[in-house]
Amino acid sequence: MATASTEIRVTPEIAAEHGLTAEEYARVKQILGREPNITELGIFSVMWSEHCSYKSSKVHLKRLPTRGKLVVQGPGENAGVVDIGDGLVAAFKIESHNHPSYVEPFQGATTGVGGILRDIFTMGARPIAVLDSLRFGEITASKYTSKEEAAKNRRILDGVIRGIGSYGNCFGVPTIGGEVGFEPCYSQNPLVNALALGIAKKEEMFLAKAKGIGNPVIYVGAKTGRDGIHGASLLASAEFTEESKQKRPNVQVGDPFMEKLLLEACLEAMQTGAVVAIQDMGAAGLTCSTMEMASRGGTGIEIDLAKVPQRETGMTPYEIMLSESQERMLLVGEKGREHEVLAVFKKWGLDAVVVGQVTEGGIARINNNGRIAAEIPAHPLAEEGPVYQRPIAAPALRNETAADWFAFAAEGTNLTQNFLKLLASPAIASKRWITEQYDTSVRTNTLAGPGASDAAVVRIKDPKTAVAKRALALSTDGNGRWCQLNPRVGAMHAVAEAARNVACSGARPIAATNCLNFGSPEKPEVMWQFSEAIDGLAEACTALGTPITGGNVSFYNETLGKSIYPTPVIGVLGILDDASQVLKIAFRDEGDVILLLDGSSSAQHAAPHLGTQREFSSSEYSKTIAGITAGEPPAIDLVAEKRLIDCLLALAAEGALQSAHDISDGGLAVTLAESWFASSSVVGAQHVAPHLGAHVKLEAESPAEAAAFNERGARAVVSVTPSKLAAVLDTARQYKVAAREIGQVTRGDAFRIQHKEREVIHSSVETLRGAWAHSLERTLTAK
Amino acid sequence: MKFGVVVFPGSNCDHDAFYAIGNVLQKPVEFIWHQSENLANCDAIILPGGFSYGDYLRTGAIARFSPVMKSVEKFSNSGGMVLGVCNGFQILCEVGLLPGAMMRNRGLRFICRHVHIRVEQTDTPFTNAATKGQVLKIPIAHSDGNYNCDEAALAELEKNRQVIFRYTTADGSDDSAGNPNGAVHNIAGICNRERNVAGLMPHPERAVEWALGSNDGLVVFRSMVEALVGAAKATA
Repeated sequence: MATASTEIRVTPEIAAEHGLTAEEYARVKQILGREPNITELGIFSVMWSEHCSYKSSKVHLKRLPTRGKLVVQGPGENAGVVDIGDGLVAAFKIESHNHPSYVEPFQGATTGVGGILRDIFTMGARPIAVLDSLRFGEITASKYTSKEEAAKNRRILDGVIRGIGSYGNCFGVPTIGGEVGFEPCYSQNPLVNALALGIAKKEEMFLAKAKGIGNPVIYVGAKTGRDGIHGASLLASAEFTEESKQKRPNVQVGDPFMEKLLLEACLEAMQTGAVVAIQDMGAAGLTCSTMEMASRGGTGIEIDLAKVPQRETGMTPYEIMLSESQERMLLVGEKGREHEVLAVFKKWGLDAVVVGQVTEGGIARINNNGRIAAEIPAHPLAEEGPVYQRPIAAPALRNETAADWFAFAAEGTNLTQNFLKLLASPAIASKRWITEQYDTSVRTNTLAGPGASDAAVVRIKDPKTAVAKRALALSTDGNGRWCQLNPRVGAMHAVAEAARNVACSGARPIAATNCLNFGSPEKPEVMWQFSEAIDGLAEACTALGTPITGGNVSFYNETLGKSIYPTPVIGVLGILDDASQVLKIAFRDEGDVILLLDGSSSAQHAAPHLGTQREFSSSEYSKTIAGITAGEPPAIDLVAEKRLIDCLLALAAEGALQSAHDISDGGLAVTLAESWFASSSVVGAQHVAPHLGAHVKLEAESPAEAAAFNERGARAVVSVTPSKLAAVLDTARQYKVAAREIGQVTRGDAFRIQHKEREVIHSSVETLRGAWAHSLERTLTAK
Repeated sequence: MKFGVVVFPGSNCDHDAFYAIGNVLQKPVEFIWHQSENLANCDAIILPGGFSYGDYLRTGAIARFSPVMKSVEKFSNSGGMVLGVCNGFQILCEVGLLPGAMMRNRGLRFICRHVHIRVEQTDTPFTNAATKGQVLKIPIAHSDGNYNCDEAALAELEKNRQVIFRYTTADGSDDSAGNPNGAVHNIAGICNRERNVAGLMPHPERAVEWALGSNDGLVVFRSMVEALVGAAKATA
């Protein structure tokens, strides 16, 4: 057969430079029945990169639950899709952009957001919300972090925040949630995971499946340049070394304005009925979009590179195929109706060119000026790539004794200063300085923006009538520190907390998406962490009824041989049948009763012992106050989590609660404080909250610190109008959830927590708020 | 009565303005494409927020050259009612229908939050349904909202009572404490001398229902409706 003669002859050495192993290279030759040319080698290398092929994770991902009665589209498409009633579907997915965000924080973050937004509107869904799950190294000097390192981490954070804001704000999608965490292990490898949510009419959903022999293949959007070549294979699929900074040219550059035009044009083109299939050009650009569309459709594809709009001259087929220029899409149109599609793009001032057609026989043929630049069977390339059962080895058991664990303070110790320190720590402190840089209110759907509720909540306007009835709630969670100590339990907590957050907003959790951030899969201990985490996710998602509908795996998160904490981040989506019943965290009225709901013990049984030293040593308090990160994450009880979730939903539906806030980082004391802080900035309530105080009694069976700050799950703090208390207690009993009256919302400014008749925390709410509200801003704007 | 919402490439609050008028106030409204030279017989024009043409050069700097803006200029010169919100305000300054210009926010960062603005004048078609001194809670979302103009123009603005909205605190007592972006004289919104063209940085279309945190923005659109009803009666 005839292929184009190329200047570079492919040798095993060149194949190795492309990241292909000897076995993989042999497989390439077997699929082709010959030696590849350099363009073909490039295509194989990106398609078989870890980032695109999931070759190390595939065998494990199979264990995740992906089906459910509401799941319309599971993993394998651009995004997961679930049925949300009234003929509507929600498309959502989370994806990482970690390495680019370290090399070039601003552009890395913008293109991360851009990529996930394209994944959503490729499905025919208009994006209505973005959340970001971020992890950075420590931003203040400590025993693990030098002053210079901390300053660098602050710069990375600033670039990432500006990048996320710049893209979403211009595009016109509200960025309304997520979390930010800090650990020394992310210092040279920050995590930037972006989640996007969109909605569409069910019958107007689009898939990336080439169909119809002879149908035109249409390239739309930005021109192709030399940027981002090998972004997926070299940047995302290898660990960092000293030379990684030289990979800055491998980072793509984002243009949110172009993306906004692309969004409007694509949605409008889809309405013509002349679009058969659509796929965005993200990682591995034109290569991935052509090969995957053909492979999924069981067809071939033929394109002519000479027709591809290019922004630079003299680009080789290799460069055009591997470019990761942003804001591009590949469409399959209906033969004879091309002009309808092209007219829409012309209206929006975008390039749209017929570059080829769908063919019979399964071969992807890339022509360039009348010569064949590459000729590859699409399906074997896309679906029969390497799959590895990487070696797995559990790490040696940690030999800890009580001396390594947190030692509780003597009974009666005043904990106010520690509490202030905890509230001011970057992990707990208000993230307002960050979230105010994001547009949170555009599209007028935001019912609960950052910090207002445990989950971000947006109402759903019908795409045609704009009538809003239901709302969607989203929460992302993932505790790397816990996963480092016990990946299986840590992963279960991530699911449980995200689902609990969603339930605390009044929404029923229905599905999940995951972003699995790990070290090098070539290390047996990392693969052990990965495998354990998958088992934890599978168990928790099954128990809580939230199938995984998509997401991504990010391996090679290491720098100079050191892995990050294993950090599976879970996004859980929930639905509120009545948008007016959103629950928020803010306490509302003087005299309201504060209840602690606990799913792990019924009214008939005493609460289990609240955290041993071992368990407490993994808490945020232990880390912040004692510098100790050890022991085990809190034991998890999924049945208890489910009970609590069901109980919260019942209470929300009855309209029985004034507020709800789950207990997580920083424990009960932080949960209470946050509900007070929110009370003075009640958004959406018609009354102006008076200055409120608090008086709370801790349970006496545990040491005061354990009772106030332990992070065991399946618990939430709710406030109730006295007249509804009996009904709430009754509902809790029905769901076998313990409901303990722990205190009251009071008038005045005093925040008092008692333990065994002694006051252990006593401060004015304003003093506490001062510590919490401005600490992050002070740190980040310090010169 | 018909409202027109102009759609520039990069407008992203066009749907919100449309929703506020069409769905919340239930008044006729349609979109007007930036390349259109006729305003579809609309009685009031809204230039929505967003990043027209990407705003990479300077906010509103490209939009002023669009075909639709020629018609908007003509429309306003003959007394037509034009409201610019955020990017729309920036465009009105660029095109010269309103005096002054926007600089980057004082803190050089994008800011999105609810702010409070006080209604300074009620003899405009954008504020006639409000009471003088009324404090409205409305969100802002911009990088370039730091309104500025030279001393002479500022004196003119104040003398002619063209400052119609000023940033303030929730109780309306301390204007500079409520100023989020450094705008001169705490200016949040102004009108032209003839009072038929106005621009403001806060987004009234995002404050139209309690569920969104405030419905204080409705008063701006209600004022416009009342002004149009009044005008229709006058000509009848």
